[in-house]
Formats: sequence, structure tokens, C-alpha cells
Amino acid sequence: MKNYQAIIIGGGSAGLSAAVTLKKNGIEDIVVLEKDCEPGGILEQCIHNGFGLQTFKEQLSGPAYAERYVKMAEEADVLIKLNTMVTKLTADRVVEYVNPEEGAVRISGDVIILAVGCYERARGAINILGSRPAGVYTAGQAQRYLNIEGYLVGKRVFILGSGDIGLIMARRMTLEGAKVLGVAEIMPYSNGLPRNIKQCLEDFDIPLYLSHTVTRTFGRDRLEKIELCEVDKDRKPIPGTEQYFDVDTLLLSIGLIPENHLADEAGIVMNGVTRGPVVDDSYMTSVPGIFACGNGLHVHDLVDFVSLQAARAAEGAAGYLKDKKDRGYIQHVNPGENVSYTVPACVHPADVRGNVEFFFRVRKPMDEAVLEIRSGDTVIRTLKKKKLMPSEMERAILTAKEIAALKDDVTISVKEVIS
Amino acid sequence: MIQKELVCVNCPMGCRISVELEGDQVLSVSGNSCPRGKEYALKECIRPERILTSTVKVNGGVHRVLPVITSKEIPLDMIFDAMEIVKKTEISAPIHEGDVIIHDILNTGADVIASRSMKAVH
Repeated sequence: MKNYQAIIIGGGSAGLSAAVTLKKNGIEDIVVLEKDCEPGGILEQCIHNGFGLQTFKEQLSGPAYAERYVKMAEEADVLIKLNTMVTKLTADRVVEYVNPEEGAVRISGDVIILAVGCYERARGAINILGSRPAGVYTAGQAQRYLNIEGYLVGKRVFILGSGDIGLIMARRMTLEGAKVLGVAEIMPYSNGLPRNIKQCLEDFDIPLYLSHTVTRTFGRDRLEKIELCEVDKDRKPIPGTEQYFDVDTLLLSIGLIPENHLADEAGIVMNGVTRGPVVDDSYMTSVPGIFACGNGLHVHDLVDFVSLQAARAAEGAAGYLKDKKDRGYIQHVNPGENVSYTVPACVHPADVRGNVEFFFRVRKPMDEAVLEIRSGDTVIRTLKKKKLMPSEMERAILTAKEIAALKDDVTISVKEVIS
Repeated sequence: MIQKELVCVNCPMGCRISVELEGDQVLSVSGNSCPRGKEYALKECIRPERILTSTVKVNGGVHRVLPVITSKEIPLDMIFDAMEIVKKTEISAPIHEGDVIIHDILNTGADVIASRSMKAVH
């Protein structure tokens, strides 16, 4: 069985950034396993702009951002196996994959970096009444058909879920000549970025129905009509509020979930909220030598942060490869009031490698709030925050000194200030 | 004087920008975290402009379509006219990222350029 110093599963923005960073850190013997026919991952279908302002100080389209990393990987002489599907990962770091050239192959790695991305919640996750006509797609699926394969999936469209891909597809399909009749969001606030509400819906007068959901589809062979209902505060449809829209297409933009099957199978401890692995400050999972990053760790809203976190995971992996030492006891970093999760979720006060940046999301929109980082009874820091939304990832830093001094678990909470 | 609240569309940060307006005159811009935000706010109050991204047909490429992007913002009110031209455009692989696909679309001064490279398949 061939052994590599590092096996990276996934050749998208996270995997490529991790690969380039490993090479920079002197780890030469690496392989990237990518299931698609080219590297770049989901960015290849995200043809809209707005990528790279943090990383490159430029506004790039998704494919252009990906191409920069593909070039960096080429220049660093990274081995990428394309059309290669990983079928199994074990806790002793053995990876099984298949591809058309080699067939089924088993390899091992001194470290594994999971950069597997995420998948979309589909119709089965939300139980819409009706038979199963053609014309019901996840937004990302329709995006791939349109932007890579060149097929417009419908002419009269309704979109359920105000996630960013749904909003971007509302504009994209409108530009291509489809009529988008509306976007429904079950929550009383949008799940997409404010800029996308503006430039994808308001620019084209596409109505956004907050506190609404699609309750029924009509049509047997092809979608013909949908039923839209207002929902109450418990998100239950309110009888008598039904509206009907004649559409041939329903796009679902109802959430993304880290692609966690491989990690699950390897026995890696998962976070019930992010649905990705639990990682420490070096992005190592509960299984020594297996690291995780990108949307396969937790779903990001900026690819720039994916690249950044993946680079940190690669640095963590490079550090682990040097001495493979046990980093000592851990202190957990827990989500507190109004915070749904934190990544990383633990630190090692006995082996501090520098400042640690924590990524987290708030549970509800808040106009004004105070971020509080606390360890036991000690308040480490408070910070005033404005305009917080669940759709926008927040960040907080603990310094190396603060981590070394930790005597207790850490809680990150956000207290709403009602003025 | 009127006050306008805008959401900057330049990047996913989506800064909330406040603009003070006197007729067509912008008196002040605040809330932006970079110069692009200020520029955006000034234009948004007079004639909104957007980057256009779409695809064009490709012959002999790895895929059937190639993603394209305008080299700079074009007026929002010209977006559909620009799309008519984009839809009629066909090109052949190979293509390099940044190649000009449509020069100076609708005399806006913006070129439509390739968002990615695409190899030719034989």
C-alpha cells in the first residue's frame, strides 16, 4: 500500500489552499483526490463576482478565484488525481478511492486533510406534499446545469429558501430569460447575505415572502403549480393564507450540510450543530492525524475564509507531522447565549502556538449586541457589535497569552442590547 | 436633505452605508469600510451600476459554456440589453482567463472577459 505524507480529500478551494500551504511548509509528498474532472470545486459554477476581496484585494468571479489556486497548486507541483472518488476513510488513516485509470486503490497517509465540501438539503428534508414531478431542483443543481452544462432548467420559477445560492439563481435565471415569481423564506428574516437581497431580488423586483413556505406541488410529469402559505411563529402553515403560482420549476435553497459520511465512518466526533467534525485550534479532529477544513468542516459564507482556514489546517497538519506529539489537556470553547457554534471547539493551554481565531454564528438577527468571551467566572473580553445576522459568520480572537492562562472552559456569547 | 441607507454589493461583507443627499448632490457617505463602498454609494444614488456575469457558448471546449464577467460595472438599466449580446456570442476553445470575449459592450467602456481558462478537446 502506497503511503503519502499527506492525503487531501477534495480539490476545491479548501483542498487547493491546504495543498499549497503544505508545500510551503516543506511537506512535499502529498496527493489531492478530486472527484470532478477538473480542480476548483463548487467555485467553478459560482460564476458571479465578489470572491477574493480579502485574499487578493480584488473582486473576482468564482472560476477566476479557483484558477488562481489551481495555478498556485501547479506551480507548487501538487499531485492532483481527478475523476477520483474516495469511498472510505478509516481511523488508521487508510483511504480507499476509485478512478477510471487505476480502478479501486487503497493508500495511507501520515496525515489526512478532509476538504470535502458540503451538500444541499433536498426536497426529502422538508416534506412538501405532492407527487414527484420533474422541475424540482436544489438551487446548486440548477446552477451547475446552467453555468457549467449550459442548460436552463425552466421558464417560470419559484424559489423556496432565501439562502445565497437561491438568491443568486433568482438573478441568474432572470437574466437568462426565465420569470422568477418569488422567493419564500420560512423564517421572518432572510438567510442570504444582504448584498444578495439587494442585487439579486430588489434589482429585478422579485418579491421576497418572509414567514412563508411552499406547502404543496401540483403536476405529475412536470411541475405545474405550487401552493404558498404564510406560517405562524412556530413555522406552521396558517390555513386560509394559501396562494398559488403557475410555475414549471421550483428551486430549493434550504441549507447546506458538510459532507460528513467519510468522517462519520472513520469514527470522528461530529458537532451536532455544524454537522461537521469537532476540531481543535490546529484543525485536528478527534482522530489524531486527521484534519478538517472548508465547507466540510462548517458552511462558510466567504470563500476567502475557506482558503484561510484551510491554510491553518495545513499548518496544523504540518506541525503534527514534525513531532506527532500529544498537545496535552484541552479546554473546550463552547457556544453561549445566542451563539449556535464555535470553530475551533477546543484549545490546548499547555501547547499554545499563537493567537487563535474563532468562527461562530449568532442564532438570531440582532441590531446591537455585546460579544462576551468568558472562562469560568472571568470575563476575558467584551466587544460591542452591530447588525448581527445568522447568515454572516462572526470572528473573535483569543491571544496566545489568554489561552495559556486558561483555567476553565471558554464560552462565547452574544448578549442583545435592546435600546 | 434626505438620508438613504444602502447595502454595498461589492463584496459579501455587505457594509451598511448611510448617504446624505440634497437632490442629486451627495453630501456625505458613512459606514463603508473601503473606498469601493464610497464609490458604490455615489453611483447608487445617481445611476446604479452592476458587474454582469453570465456564460457564452463555447465550441470545442471541455464544457459547453464559458463563464464571463464584465471588466467593470455597467449601468443596471442596460443589463438586459447586454444579455441579448452575450446570448448571441459564440467562441472557440482554447480560452485564457482574462481574454476579451466582447469588446466595449454597448459602448459602456466595459469589456466582457473570460472568467476562466478552458482547454480545447480534440
